[in-house]
Amino acid sequence: MSVSTLTPVLSAQWDATRSWTLATYEAGGGYAGLRHAFTQEPAAVLATVKDSGLRGRGGAGFPTGLKWSFLPAPDGGPRYLVVNADESEPGTCKDVPLMMATPQYLIEGSIITSYAIGCHHAFIYVRGEVLHVYRRLLRAVEEAYAAGYLGKNIMGTGYDLDITVHAGAGAYICGEETALLDSLEGLRGQPRLKPPFPAVEGLYARPTVVNNVESIASVPAIVMGGSDWFRTMGTEKSAGFGLFSLSGHVVRPGQYEAPLGITLRELLDLAGGIREGHELKFWTPGGSSTPLFTAEHLDVPLDYESVGAAGSMLGTRALQIFDETTCVVRAVTRWMEFYAHESCGKCTPCREGTYWLKAVLRRIEAGQGSMEDLDVLLDTCDNILGRAFCALGDGATSPVTSALKHFRAEFEQHITAGACPLDPAASALFGYPPRDAGRLAGQMAGTVQA
Amino acid sequence: MTITTPKQAGGGVAPSNLVTFQIDELEVSVPKGTLVIRAAEQVGIQIPRFCDHPLLEPAGACRQCLVDVSMPDREGNLRPMPKPQASCTLTVAPGMVVKTQRTSAMADKAQHGVMELLLINHPLDCPVCDKGGECPLQNQAMSNGRSTSRFVDIKRTYPKPISISTEILLDRERCVLCQRCTRFQEQIAGDPFIALQDRGARSQIGLFSADVLGFGGDVPAGPAALDESGRPFASYFSGNTIQICPVGALTNASYRFRSRPFDLVSTPGIGEHDSCGSAIRIDHRRGAVLRRMAGDDASVNEEWITDKDRFAFTWQSAPDRIATPLVRDETTGQLRSASWAEALDVAAAGLAAATTAGGGHGVGVLPGGRLTLEDSYAYAKFARAVLGTNDVDQRVRPHSAEEDAFLGHAVAGRTVGGAGSVTFTDLEQAPTVLLVALEAEEEAGVTYLRLRKGVLAGRTAVFSVAPLASRGLDRISGTLVAAAPGTEPEVLDAITGSAPLGQLRTVADGLTTAGSVILVGERLAAVPGGFTAVLRLAERTGARLAWIPRRAGERGGVETGALPGLLPGGRPVSDARARVDVAAAWDVPSLPTTAGRTTTEILRAARKGKLSALVVGGVELADLPDPAKAVRAIEKVGFVVSLEVRASAVTELADVVLPVAPPTEKAGTYLNWEGRPRPFPQALASTALADHRALDALAAAMGAELGLRTITAVHAEIDQLGAWDGARIDAPVESAAEPTELAPGQAVLASWHLLLDAGRLQDGERFLAGTAKRTVARTSAATATAAGLTDGELVRVSSAHGSVTVRLAVTAMPDLVVWLPTNAPDCAVRTSLRADAGDVVQLAPADPAGDDVVSTDSAGSDNNDEVSA
Repeated sequence: MSVSTLTPVLSAQWDATRSWTLATYEAGGGYAGLRHAFTQEPAAVLATVKDSGLRGRGGAGFPTGLKWSFLPAPDGGPRYLVVNADESEPGTCKDVPLMMATPQYLIEGSIITSYAIGCHHAFIYVRGEVLHVYRRLLRAVEEAYAAGYLGKNIMGTGYDLDITVHAGAGAYICGEETALLDSLEGLRGQPRLKPPFPAVEGLYARPTVVNNVESIASVPAIVMGGSDWFRTMGTEKSAGFGLFSLSGHVVRPGQYEAPLGITLRELLDLAGGIREGHELKFWTPGGSSTPLFTAEHLDVPLDYESVGAAGSMLGTRALQIFDETTCVVRAVTRWMEFYAHESCGKCTPCREGTYWLKAVLRRIEAGQGSMEDLDVLLDTCDNILGRAFCALGDGATSPVTSALKHFRAEFEQHITAGACPLDPAASALFGYPPRDAGRLAGQMAGTVQA
Repeated sequence: MTITTPKQAGGGVAPSNLVTFQIDELEVSVPKGTLVIRAAEQVGIQIPRFCDHPLLEPAGACRQCLVDVSMPDREGNLRPMPKPQASCTLTVAPGMVVKTQRTSAMADKAQHGVMELLLINHPLDCPVCDKGGECPLQNQAMSNGRSTSRFVDIKRTYPKPISISTEILLDRERCVLCQRCTRFQEQIAGDPFIALQDRGARSQIGLFSADVLGFGGDVPAGPAALDESGRPFASYFSGNTIQICPVGALTNASYRFRSRPFDLVSTPGIGEHDSCGSAIRIDHRRGAVLRRMAGDDASVNEEWITDKDRFAFTWQSAPDRIATPLVRDETTGQLRSASWAEALDVAAAGLAAATTAGGGHGVGVLPGGRLTLEDSYAYAKFARAVLGTNDVDQRVRPHSAEEDAFLGHAVAGRTVGGAGSVTFTDLEQAPTVLLVALEAEEEAGVTYLRLRKGVLAGRTAVFSVAPLASRGLDRISGTLVAAAPGTEPEVLDAITGSAPLGQLRTVADGLTTAGSVILVGERLAAVPGGFTAVLRLAERTGARLAWIPRRAGERGGVETGALPGLLPGGRPVSDARARVDVAAAWDVPSLPTTAGRTTTEILRAARKGKLSALVVGGVELADLPDPAKAVRAIEKVGFVVSLEVRASAVTELADVVLPVAPPTEKAGTYLNWEGRPRPFPQALASTALADHRALDALAAAMGAELGLRTITAVHAEIDQLGAWDGARIDAPVESAAEPTELAPGQAVLASWHLLLDAGRLQDGERFLAGTAKRTVARTSAATATAAGLTDGELVRVSSAHGSVTVRLAVTAMPDLVVWLPTNAPDCAVRTSLRADAGDVVQLAPADPAGDDVVSTDSAGSDNNDEVSA
């Protein structure tokens, strides 16, 4: 395996000087895709994307072109493109660097997509916490307007488009597309009842396409290179390239843009392997909501089908790598704290279930659990999975059930030994003050101010 | 006139619109679009639920109603859905197979799981919870929950309770976050003052700041004085949230901790506070009413009632209830308790001597507008058959001869389902509804909710001929057809198909559409030419017309003859055949032939010595057009018999006082504005007599046979009399008044009653009073500037007789008009100003030296009696 395995497309210009400016972007061939798209009918652009086999890069992997084609026939009223830039899954860190480094990729993709679906007002809903990204996007849109890529009569084609960059207030649930739409409309971000689906009644009850940043950013290259070129990468059902985000106990963490179907073993080679003197213990293929893998899954091709067949999900290709110094109970507890904090509160299973799981996990981590607690964990996961209103609840159960599947003995060790058998400081790269076990299990579990 | 309930039209559905599917091995056919949970109910299968409510939009939030569903694929093979489905959001599909907790282990497990999760953070304080014993959570935990909890960690706790308003308290620990309350407030009432806040397990129902929402001046009266949170939850329908709360999270300040549901006896009743005839349930224990709930009547109030109908019941058992008959002692001149026999004798003697037959000038009868059909009928008959007079008028409010003609012509005899009738369902379906002199939310609460339902469904457009767009009108996306008081006829006449394109033309075209409705309020009586113009408009456009009075008894009174020009059944007094009809039924030789006096004329005649006695029912003198003159009339007339529940201003002036029963202590029937009989049984055992029985006894003491001792007798007589098939009274022909010249600083008064005000039927309910709107005066910005007034500052509104001083809320409305609430605790327009809508008043900044914020000096002169009466 060599560096040639990488297929830098989205990340091709990341090392350019001032890569985020329009000038750099254009110098690197930017906006050629848009010019090419404007020579075609919108339907032809849509067909290209559909033929390319591009699947949603936000995690679910729904065919992007197919999603666009679900929009009802134009009725004269507005239809919208909404770009989901609310990246907040633990471990997922691809959209933020992409928008930081080359925001114009997203802008160009948005224009082409809007043109293809007949939209004249697109929205980019970006996490409010990543202020620097928000500023980069605002500036990028400003530059695009100034260059005549946005606004009225774009490049003399008669096509009009406005892009609004909207900063969300920082809620994981707003990455769920219908909650995002509610939030964008100024409402409390909570998932909507489906049907109607956004394609029929989305933003302001109008036909709406909601796509992930990376999906949209992939569009210019597909339009330029053609669907056949795109299909030369990846697998038959998981075509193309994608950003693989390696984090954790690897020598060179970061973004690795590669064809779908690459394995973790190959990626680890590129990333310099697990940190010196340690070995892989467990990893997530696509963020914390995807069931854990272990060293036995090193050769699972990272495409939608293979990862699914192996019992997990490709998700957002957020590969969090943990070596043998990591306490799996501790890791799962931290994730559960995240889900409990981010549950929107709308439905009972997710709201109450994550609260309970968090409390039980904290007790086990602190060495105050019982063997019955393990059954409670599994049964509560069973009571959440498939019962919650949206996928957030389902995702919250993945780390628990998969950790218990692969590492039940480690949970039991916590219970029988009355303490964590591992040293948390050993897994850290920096000085790490141990947390008070009593506080973990006691006051924090019950308090609402946790 | 009939008092049998009309039959509902059969709700047949064409077979092509039916969907056949299977639930728990039962084949069921239901209309397309039916939710699985509703379809299950139809075959008697109860799926547990919390967030689901048949009148609210599906939410799918609580996840308690999960069921196991299989769907046929394209080839028709049944494929089980991988996850259990929420039956409250899933519509039925052909060939679908649903298995509930009764037949599916997966559904049962899912429901047990959700129930366990709902209970982990629930305090389980059922033994002290108001809801314990009637709690869906408690019940379903028993039927679909685990017997023990596995949760050993620390529950989420909150300080409790918090005040959402003076009358509603929220216990966040008990809340299961089903959002029924917030959805009700948003979807039904349109007052979204509460909302879900925070997230995850910390999600809670919380309050909004008034600053954020904007009340347009309609700030609740309560918080400043009573609510420690200092924040308002101002909705006239907020009590419904307590009732639909599936746990004990929302409780009522006055009922809290007072009773267990299983100790209560429930009796169905009918709301006595407006003319909607809302079904209610009266819950009582050991002879005391503890609470009232909304009844379920799909054709009238659905499952909602106003807070007034819910909470305002303490008036019936107030300390000033009259317990025994009272007679004025000849020697001391004071009222003293008397036996019924003595009181009836004294009253009979006094009245007999006062009749023209007995040598007096005659007796006037003022029954009041809050009577049941039976009582009202008794007054009408007593006046004619025993006292020999048509001087009977139920109206305790501004009224006119034009209104007499309107009621006799266009209201009397209308029955639900009859020609030209308008029902609640019609409102919900009407393409256009025009409100004239009717502030639906204030004057007919659940009618407002029906209008809103039609509007939200996109079927109905509402227009209102009024001086200003209230917040209520805004919430039904209504359009104001601005009219200064007195100019209504002019505006109504301008609504024609030939009007230039614009608002008036839109209204005209809308009213021409089949099914459109004009709703007229009682206040139009104060506008000369108003009813005439409304009838013209209805005729011109073909829109149907309904009259919505405020008081519960007024619609019935039109049918029973509690008006000077009408006999029972809406028979015109002027019609000889009608008089013969009624005389025959009543077994009297003849009925008085001369048309009777109206309320104002009766009072004037009493004041002038042209009447010798008055029989007064439930009349609040302060509600009369000129309270001061009314007091003098009662003082001046020779003999006064009062039939009252509680001591009133009349009591102290009466010669004989006969205590009568409040609605809870008698059976009876209200006729709601639709003309729909709303019978109710007696809730509390009581020795108090209904008015009809007291009048029957009084007639007997006078040697006459009224024949109305029992409710059965009243009904039999009404049935025997039957409906009137003769001609109705002619339509009124009255022209509009010329506009008054206004001097600088003057304005025309606009006014209506707010739902919650100083009305006596709200006495004793301070928690309810806290949610009333704060008193403001409203003028346009230009009028305020011209008069030197500042928004938010005090304005003094005065007449020759007195003044009120209230805060000003500058509002978009016609210039030179000032609006005041008719009877707010700190703004009694009729008492203080002796003025009414359409009268000219003076505006001035409040005298900074004035020591009292609200002055009600009413010591005006009496010299212009005949002119202004």
